[in-house]
Amino acid sequence: MLLGAAPFAIIFGTLAGPSGLSPGGAMAMSLCVFAGASQFIALTLLASGAGLAVILLTTLVVNLRHALYSATLLPHVAGLRQRWRIPLAFWLTDETFAVVHHHYLEPDSSPFKHWYYLGSCLAMYINWNLWTLSGILLGRSLPRLEHMGLEFAMAATFTGIVVPLLRSRPMLAAALGAAAVALAAHALPYKLGLMLAALAGVVIGVVLEELA
Amino acid sequence: MTGRELILIAGMTAVTFLVRYAFFALGERVAFPPVVQRALRYVPVAVLTAIVVPMVLLPDGSHWQLDWRNAWLAGALATGVIAWRFNHLLGSIGGGMVVFFLHRIIIG
Repeated sequence: MLLGAAPFAIIFGTLAGPSGLSPGGAMAMSLCVFAGASQFIALTLLASGAGLAVILLTTLVVNLRHALYSATLLPHVAGLRQRWRIPLAFWLTDETFAVVHHHYLEPDSSPFKHWYYLGSCLAMYINWNLWTLSGILLGRSLPRLEHMGLEFAMAATFTGIVVPLLRSRPMLAAALGAAAVALAAHALPYKLGLMLAALAGVVIGVVLEELA
Repeated sequence: MTGRELILIAGMTAVTFLVRYAFFALGERVAFPPVVQRALRYVPVAVLTAIVVPMVLLPDGSHWQLDWRNAWLAGALATGVIAWRFNHLLGSIGGGMVVFFLHRIIIG
């Protein structure tokens, strides 16, 4: 899991410069936001000249799944004080959720599982930030990187994530609908096309699932 | 770091943290209706597809390029095929990038 995240942190750090984010900004983003998908999308949107409001709204939409994670983990942290809950929430990612949820489901009733949760968080956090730093340094030592085609790494990452998810008909229809609306509306200002396309995809998926 | 970047990062930090913390803070007083839970499962596919398809089919940002000379299209197709067949994310990214580089070198 730690090794799996490394290439993405490196790609993020390397592409930050060509996308128009300063090295300090890239490092601050990994330290403060700590959300891989949102960070990637923010870079893509920055590079395409999107406004702040669009990036923040997209961050919100993409991160809503984390609310689902924290709702799922809530029974396990309900007995903890807020000074525990705040850092555990800050560090909650896809990877940590997967590991920690699995650990909480194990039959032993150890009262120290939140330490396991914290340990998992810290490992992911340190790992993500060290690899981001490596990526930033790599990007600076290869100043003409943007002409080497690395900008395609982002498109490849998104494609590689989406394609294996398209195994049900509603998912496939959601993707096709989102693609069609995104293409039809790409010239709209403020990246409105992206929001419309995301909305269309979600609605199509949910409606088809209801009908099935 | 510019002021605009500062606002961007502060905003993203706030949004991300509030989404992650809301349930831990409020406890069981709030819950997602099932339809919202279902809708959330479609968000990644819808958002990522909406970002990537225009990148690939309109590589310069405004003009369609639907032919074999489009390196973005070739790379994305390769990524998609590998991802579908082997379900291996890093392998599909690597394979797609190799196709993209070679396409640029050979066809330019």
